[in-house]
Amino acid sequence: VLGFVTRRVAGFLPVLFIIVSLSFFIMRLAPGGPFDQDRALPEQVRANIEARYHLNESLWTQYIRYLGDVLRGDLGPSFRYPDRTVNELLGLGFPVSLLLGTCAMTVAVCLGGAAGLLAGVRRNSTVDYLTMSFALFGVSIPNFVLGPILMLLFALGLGWVPVAGWGTWRHLILPAFTLGTFYAAYVARLTRAGMLEVIGQDFIRTARAKGLREATVVLRHAVPSAILPVVTYLGPASAAVLTGSVVVETVFSIPGIGRYFVASALNRDYTMVLGTVVSYSVLLLGFNLVVDILYAYLDPRVQVDG
Amino acid sequence: MRRVVLFGVALALLTAVPGAAQGQVLRINNTAEPESLDPAIVTGVPEHRIISNLFEGLTTTDPRDLSPKPGMAASWMLSKDGLVYTFKLREAWWTDGRPVTAQDFVFAWERVLNPKSGAKYAQHLFYLKNGEAYNKGGVTDFSQVGVKAVDAKTLQVTLKNPTVYFLDVTGFYTLYPVPKWAIDAHGKDWVKPGKIVSNGPFKLASWVPQKDLVLEKNPRHWDAASVKLQKVIFLPTDDINTAYKQFLAGDSDWIPTVPPSQIDAAKTKPEYYVSPYLGTYYFRFNVTKSPVSDVRVRKALSLAVDRESLTAFVTKAGEVPSSSFVPAGLRGYEGPRGLGFDPAAAKKLLAEAGYPEGKGFPRTELLYNTSDLHRVITQAVQQMWKEHLGVQVDLVNVEWKVYLARQGSLDYQISRAGWIGDYVDPNTFLEMWKTGGGNNQTGWSSKRFDELMDQAARLVNAKDRMRAMQDAEKILLDEAPVLPLFTYVNKGMLSRKVKGWYPNILDQHPLKYISLER
Repeated sequence: VLGFVTRRVAGFLPVLFIIVSLSFFIMRLAPGGPFDQDRALPEQVRANIEARYHLNESLWTQYIRYLGDVLRGDLGPSFRYPDRTVNELLGLGFPVSLLLGTCAMTVAVCLGGAAGLLAGVRRNSTVDYLTMSFALFGVSIPNFVLGPILMLLFALGLGWVPVAGWGTWRHLILPAFTLGTFYAAYVARLTRAGMLEVIGQDFIRTARAKGLREATVVLRHAVPSAILPVVTYLGPASAAVLTGSVVVETVFSIPGIGRYFVASALNRDYTMVLGTVVSYSVLLLGFNLVVDILYAYLDPRVQVDG
Repeated sequence: MRRVVLFGVALALLTAVPGAAQGQVLRINNTAEPESLDPAIVTGVPEHRIISNLFEGLTTTDPRDLSPKPGMAASWMLSKDGLVYTFKLREAWWTDGRPVTAQDFVFAWERVLNPKSGAKYAQHLFYLKNGEAYNKGGVTDFSQVGVKAVDAKTLQVTLKNPTVYFLDVTGFYTLYPVPKWAIDAHGKDWVKPGKIVSNGPFKLASWVPQKDLVLEKNPRHWDAASVKLQKVIFLPTDDINTAYKQFLAGDSDWIPTVPPSQIDAAKTKPEYYVSPYLGTYYFRFNVTKSPVSDVRVRKALSLAVDRESLTAFVTKAGEVPSSSFVPAGLRGYEGPRGLGFDPAAAKKLLAEAGYPEGKGFPRTELLYNTSDLHRVITQAVQQMWKEHLGVQVDLVNVEWKVYLARQGSLDYQISRAGWIGDYVDPNTFLEMWKTGGGNNQTGWSSKRFDELMDQAARLVNAKDRMRAMQDAEKILLDEAPVLPLFTYVNKGMLSRKVKGWYPNILDQHPLKYISLER
């Protein structure tokens, strides 16, 4: 397994290199620069600032300089927030995004799993139809719509939680549900499908024939097989939750790295754009690796050592 | 064990929040994360709301009419020729206990003008003798620049031209003193909590990017006795719909804007406020591009806009329709009137220009940057032009930086724009239209206009100076490289608990005068 991981990680490096290089040059193609603003700067002042950030050098020199810095783990200064480095801002935002993502995934798994289980066991009952309608709803409603609706209902209307912001566990509830709902809906459908497939199989009939209680049959025998597709789905879903938090973080004013993803591109904060792209790439590659390893464990046909 | 401690900390935090809400704690929705807290670096309004309370310049501003009041300078004298100010500093201290000295100002101003620091607002010190030359590298010896510490408590400032509004400028954040020793010790980290040393009525308690920034009362400030707020929390919520909901939920006490879609609902609430703002919403014409290179076309387009309906039915927040560029109400300034709504005259001019009833009018584009407000305004004007002149103008929507780049390189025909004054004087609205000015961006140039503005810059007599600027604005409006639409308003929501907050045309509300009432 170790060899497999090492080989995969080594394979990441050229991918990352290509991502960084492409982003670097594509970013520079966009019209406007980090220091274009409402009030035009006097020419000399502008030149002074550009010199300070090496923007007056040739693009090629800047590129080489940037690659060197990245290799040393330095993502550079933020143009937008001159007191801070990109490393510092991402370092502050990352734990926040991670916590939000984890909570959203917990919501997705618990809510979706329970709903799917119930729907699967009580097939074609009112419960089934209700949960599946909700699931359809959850899959189709985008989170920039769901967020404000939840805000109106639970923060403004009922006053149970704060509207937005960050700091206490109460701030986490709405964003976690907003972010998790789509995945909860998906998990519910997967779990239900898995249950339906498993529940008709011979070993379940055997379990029932042994005279086991229905709860034991479902929880001990059916569930472990039924949730296999859910487990494999969690890898890509986790990556999607982390990157998908861009909208939710903006709507709920949460200090995670998603906030910088879009804003820095709009601000032409070159180093910050590259910094977020690099972090998201590393995350996605990392999750893919985890999923590959999981697949190998769950499905013997996939060879880890081959 | 650690878990127990963490739990304890969490519990303390949870219980501390509602407790702190009692008493003098003001929560402001600042609409953006401050880019920096370094007075030499910042250029924005959200930064101003924080820094103007964290530091204090030679002068401060009156909360009602914004006139300069003594700050770090207890008094000052101006020489007869209007060129040399002598400021006497008061006994005042930095948060670390050091005295504020004239040398701190000299250090700060050198830092702003030094080309190496790349300060974006260096031009606010170009009023000094040789200030501009030092920034451009022509003068390398700072002792040639017009600022000198005569002794620890006396600062002498020599100006390039008599500048009537210089005392307004000394209250501006770019000119605040900064602590050399803290900057030397911490580099760019000097503005962070625990490292920052400041001299204003408030000091920095904490700052977590994109979460919140907290100021607390500075007991060392010379005027601490009159400061009532204990703590001020700045929330950086940049989604204005969310910010508006936060206010409605009681999670903030002041939000300096209202989402355009919520104006009608907001107006019905007692917390809503609206007051004139020192800013003009207008269109630029690129005079180097046909068909707006023809002054008759520009005038026709201007005469065909019904500004009254625009503000009454489209913008709706109480904006003041205006056909002149300098907003009304600047003390001592009687601006000329521009082109009002006159569709018949507009049609006639357009026909003279060769497009009777809009026939043969070439494809023309109106550029605007992404925003709901700009979209509805440009659509309304597009409709008016079609109705009254029979011309079809296409709307082009681009993202902010693209908009700036296209406007700056004259790659447009008509573009929407806004200008907010830096200080309360017509100069901040007129100087920009001088030939080749960085913010002109229309290709327009008038020798007579330039002469009048240069003349105004040298005049000491207030009346003559105003007259020169009035004549200059008349030329600007006659040749119409701009199409003024309305004067902006401040609109927002303010909790009724907040006292000592006065509407004013720069929307500046010094926190030292504010208190909360239950």
